[in-house]
Amino acid sequence: MAQLTMIEAIQNAHDLAMERDDRVVVYGEDVGYFGGVFRCTAGLQQKYGTSRCFDAPINESGLIGTGIGMAAYGLRPVVEIQFADYMYPAYDQIVSEAARLRHRSAGDFTCPIVIRMPTGGGIYGGQTHSQSPEALFTHVAGLKVVVPSNPQDAKGLLCAAIEDPDPVIILEPKRLYNGPFDGHHDRPVVPWKKHELGEVNDAYYTTEIGKAAIRREGQDVTVLAYGTMVHVALTAAQETGVDAEVIDLRSLIPLDLETIEVSVKKTGRCVVLHEATKTSGFGAELSAQVQEACFYHLEAPIIRVTGWDTPYPHAQEWDYFPGPARVGAALKSVMKEH
Amino acid sequence: MSNSVPLTLHVPEPGCRPGDTPDFSGFEVPVAGETRRPDPLTAPEDIRDLAFSIVRVLDDDGEAKGPWAGTFEKEALLDGLRHMMTLRTFDDRMLRAQRQGKTSFYMQHLGEEAVACAFRLALRDGDMHFPTYRQAGLLIAGGYPLTTMMNQIYSNAADPIKGRQMPIFYSAKDHGFFSLSGNLGTQFVQAVGWGMASAISGDTKIAAAWIGDGSTAETDFHSAMVFASTYKAPVILNIVNNQWAISTFQGIARGNATTFAARGHGFGIPAIRVDGNDYLAVHAVARWAAERARSGHGSTLIEHVTYRSGGHSTSDDPSAYRAKEEGHSWPLGDPIERLKAHLISIDAWSDDRHKQAEAEIQDEVRFAQKEAEANGTLISGPAPSPRDMFEDVYAEMPPHLRAQRQEAGF
Ligand SMILES: Cc1ncc(C[n+]2csc(CCOP(=O)(O)OP(=O)(O)O)c2C)c(N)n1
Ligand SMILES: [Mg+2]
Repeated sequence: MAQLTMIEAIQNAHDLAMERDDRVVVYGEDVGYFGGVFRCTAGLQQKYGTSRCFDAPINESGLIGTGIGMAAYGLRPVVEIQFADYMYPAYDQIVSEAARLRHRSAGDFTCPIVIRMPTGGGIYGGQTHSQSPEALFTHVAGLKVVVPSNPQDAKGLLCAAIEDPDPVIILEPKRLYNGPFDGHHDRPVVPWKKHELGEVNDAYYTTEIGKAAIRREGQDVTVLAYGTMVHVALTAAQETGVDAEVIDLRSLIPLDLETIEVSVKKTGRCVVLHEATKTSGFGAELSAQVQEACFYHLEAPIIRVTGWDTPYPHAQEWDYFPGPARVGAALKSVMKEH
Repeated sequence: MSNSVPLTLHVPEPGCRPGDTPDFSGFEVPVAGETRRPDPLTAPEDIRDLAFSIVRVLDDDGEAKGPWAGTFEKEALLDGLRHMMTLRTFDDRMLRAQRQGKTSFYMQHLGEEAVACAFRLALRDGDMHFPTYRQAGLLIAGGYPLTTMMNQIYSNAADPIKGRQMPIFYSAKDHGFFSLSGNLGTQFVQAVGWGMASAISGDTKIAAAWIGDGSTAETDFHSAMVFASTYKAPVILNIVNNQWAISTFQGIARGNATTFAARGHGFGIPAIRVDGNDYLAVHAVARWAAERARSGHGSTLIEHVTYRSGGHSTSDDPSAYRAKEEGHSWPLGDPIERLKAHLISIDAWSDDRHKQAEAEIQDEVRFAQKEAEANGTLISGPAPSPRDMFEDVYAEMPPHLRAQRQEAGF
């Protein structure tokens, strides 16, 4: 066991996966010599050589296009997109190619690629370093989409993604890289060193893709969250005194509907959270699924707390970010309905 | 017949990393004044050599030499020096402001000041630049107020773009400066469209596209080349080759091509390399390309050869990936020192006047900073109203957004 940051846990996952499987190759912009602008691939080139970890030209379409070619060949490419906001040039390769290769060739060719990208706001990154594009991936048949909220899961999910026979998108909340963040931006930064989920097993392990985790058990309302919003939800529950059950989805596709259903049937209320814009966001999908599965158990309308339907702003970051005050208000408001 | 061998992956490596001694001996620097200056209307296939040479005007003694010299009057050159000095001082103060926590981020131009400052003077009002984040020299040389730039950097109450974008992502239509995007390469091709629009409309305006060496790898760079080539669009396509793209040396984007400029040849676009640290050379080449574009002969690809002397941004520490001394060994020198030496050599300037100018510029920038800070800083405010965040998403705010704004309490 070691206390790791999320960055160290991701670096460690790459390292162990490369050690045990020489089909694993890691590349992206600034990923090789320097080890990534967030240092998630630090030391890998030095340890495994330039043909297994290397710097790539700045061309996201090329990054994913070559990754698909390598995956189809039989390698296990792990590609980093420097910020999720820069994935759009790669979108055609992801949607039209990676996602459908297995289906269109009836399994003749497959695409076991892993695409990692830092996501989300909270670092004054403005509209091009803050986006949460998960819904653009969950809407596409053939992609798995995971979002870790802590170092333990970041490592286990990355190892599982590398083993997975299909393309997996990993959205890494960059604001969580160095510590859990609950939305109280005006308070001192809390490091992972002090958090139980920062305690990471030294050995190789996988965290099953498709299984949610209950971070707080509660009786009154089910909160569905992922990434940074898990921490915001926990703080909001504590601050409001609402006995919320906080579910960290971890995997959006496939979705652990069973865990969600059991919880909502118990609490009878549901609040859905994400940083991404509201309209057609993944929260709409969650809300629809909960409604379909739990309608007769619901005692209040399902509420979404999300980013506003605007580009992510720079100066107004904290008016945009759905922090503990907004989440707390939603918890109280669903409790008012009988 | 076949003699196959186990293949290996070729990954280009820079000549020098931390701990190595920088060695630019393989980097050929043509003698100033020796590169020919063909007529701007020459066919692209007759000037292929210009993509492999480097147009240089100022020699090591500050003398202006050769056929590309003489595009400037003395007075204008003094302005040019002042623009570059102002940009450097501006950078210095804004870097410090960022370190003091007054804003979130900054990117400097250290060592590259000549490129945008000189280029701007070759274009006219009404032309449009599609810059990257490292062309604030276009604004300074175009007379854009320093205080307004700082208002943007501070995301304060007077920020013309209302705090919506990160520092340095200016927008200044009246100054021919297109709204900056953080997504690399996207705007290179938009500039071509702007030029095409001028042609469609029968106007006389031209466009200038800007991109870094690393970003030439983006698909949008190649899209721009195709469209510029097909429609002979009146656009000057600028690559600023400052040798680095964050931690990645230029060889990763360039691959086995001999120069970035040579990329133009496959598209039939004339291509010229220019000494980007030579204020006179940049201006002369820009003027050449502008003349070509204005006369209906289409695009020119210019590779400005320069060096990023500072970090990529305030989030970057280059000592982790390149030798500290590399910048000092860079063979093309410092653009401000070189123009200063030239002006002294023609008796238009002196060390004393330079010192005096430095002091004046310090005062000017400090004054602008005070003025800007009176409008607020990112941390202390006053900031633009959160209400503004909901404006301009659409020309007219749709009901769902109005409802969200109300919910937000603004
Ligand atoms: C589409 C896209 N991919 C990646 C990035 C991240 N990024 C920002 S600057 C940069 C390096 C650009 O280098 P270069 O084009 O040489 O310009 P320079 O910074 O040297 O002026 C990278 C990779 C981005 N902004 N946009
Ligand atoms: Mg560069």
